Amino acid sequence: MSEEIEGTRPATDEATHKEQQEIDDNVISPEKAEEVKLKARYPHLGAKPGGSDLLRKRLQKGQKFFDSGDYNMAKAKVKNKQQLPAVTPAEKAEITGDHIPTPQDIPQRKPSIVASKLAG
Amino acid sequence: MAGAGGGGNDVQWCFSQVKGAIDDDVAEADIISTVEFNHSGELLATGDKGGRVVIFQQELESKNQPQCRGEYNVYSTFQSHEPEFDYLKSLEIEEKINKIRWLPQKNAAQFLLSTNDKTIKLWKISERDKRPEGYNLKEEDGRYRDPTTVTTLRVPVFQPMDLMVEASPRRVFANAHTYHINSISVNSDCETYLSADDLRINLWNLEITDRSFNIVDIKPVNMEELTEVITAAEFHPNQCNTFVYSSSKGTIRLCDMRASALCDQHSKLFEEPEDPSNRSFFSEIISSISDVKFSHSGRYMMTRDYLSVKIWDLNMESRPVETYQVHEYLRSKLCSLYENDCIFDKFECCWNGNDSVVMTGSYNNFFRMFDRGYRQDVTLEASRESSKPRSVLKPRKVCTGGKRKKDEISVDSLDFNKKILHTAWHPQDNIIAVATTNNLYIFQDKL
Repeated sequence: MSEEIEGTRPATDEATHKEQQEIDDNVISPEKAEEVKLKARYPHLGAKPGGSDLLRKRLQKGQKFFDSGDYNMAKAKVKNKQQLPAVTPAEKAEITGDHIPTPQDIPQRKPSIVASKLAG
Repeated sequence: MAGAGGGGNDVQWCFSQVKGAIDDDVAEADIISTVEFNHSGELLATGDKGGRVVIFQQELESKNQPQCRGEYNVYSTFQSHEPEFDYLKSLEIEEKINKIRWLPQKNAAQFLLSTNDKTIKLWKISERDKRPEGYNLKEEDGRYRDPTTVTTLRVPVFQPMDLMVEASPRRVFANAHTYHINSISVNSDCETYLSADDLRINLWNLEITDRSFNIVDIKPVNMEELTEVITAAEFHPNQCNTFVYSSSKGTIRLCDMRASALCDQHSKLFEEPEDPSNRSFFSEIISSISDVKFSHSGRYMMTRDYLSVKIWDLNMESRPVETYQVHEYLRSKLCSLYENDCIFDKFECCWNGNDSVVMTGSYNNFFRMFDRGYRQDVTLEASRESSKPRSVLKPRKVCTGGKRKKDEISVDSLDFNKKILHTAWHPQDNIIAVATTNNLYIFQDKL
């Protein structure tokens, strides 16, 4: 699919020749054009595309982390403050140790007690 | 059975039924995760993210409406899997039903296998339409009678009662998978079945739950060297020694269980050669096979990758015999599809009863059918707008550039949240079940 476009290549040095080749590629292959777009947005995207990182992420799906030390610290903090720390959606993003959920905040995984709407 | 419809061929698809809530606010639990007809087509099972199974039964054709096939109505519904937490590994185990597979019917009861990420269950669905009455030692409400008050004896008899359909778990196949189960497949011997996760495939006997044989293991000694995972697996429809599994690199391996106990060495490797100059960051991701299905004849198999459906002749490993583009216009949208994770969507595919037409889903609630014989394809939509009873579905067209004609939809207007990942075709008739996010559509051909 990366055919050369006749007559459009500038007659100057190697560097511009290579650039032109790349531009030709992008014009002809939409997939490569998309790749250029992606690399522009995420310059540090792995040199090994679609490889171990993606696969490892896939294999680790479902991993939850619970640190009893943080949990107990948070519990102690609650006692000192004499109130429940409010869990707003903003707080749910990330600082470990500061807002690890108290027993009241941990969502209890319950099975669906409601019947499926397909059966309704 | 006729073909896909559209163009010169004569099948016209009509809306028949839609199941599920109309409201746009979809609860996660209601997301449909699998759809499967049983071997006769009389029963249609769905599984959802909430771990529930709903089974529909086709009503017998009524004499009053000979031009309609029977409707599918709720037959049974039950909670198959529940959410679990593996405390040892800090792993949350979703109750989402990944796959349902029916066993061929052997007696009055129906059996199906349903699986989530970690556990497979064998469910028995049986009917009860009579109950015993007239016990000597028990009252009708169950209370025991004082034996000294019994002066005569009678023989209890079965009396008819309202039909009750009961689902009970008969076997639980647990603790055999470290990674997430993506496939189950019942063998043609009706005694064994396989379950596949990302790195391993296990063989089970349907009667035995405390033991399972590992038949494929692609886990590298050093996990840093992991380059591909198993994405789907299926037994051959009539050769009980043969199965295939597909990978995230776009290859399919066919294995023969007679060759050795551990089938790490494949008997055949199906792979389409790639032009290295075309390779991009996305190449491997879009070549990952999301589904593999044997034809009913067993001569062919079909694979689905992100942009296409390929038909392979089992006798030829070098390349597919047919390739159908599902939504090629997405190739120039791969960057945004990678950013919104849609590029990882796992579409399934299915054959019609005589292997002449194949079907798969797409975005915007579109689904596609490819007629292999007539070389025609059609795009249809599952939507509430075209849901009038027996209304014929109008073929849809996506405009890829230039001037958009009336009734065409442009690529940028497609709704990527409306995905049709799961579809099923009745084993004999032209009846199809198409799952949108939380609704199940049933379409039939115009009789």
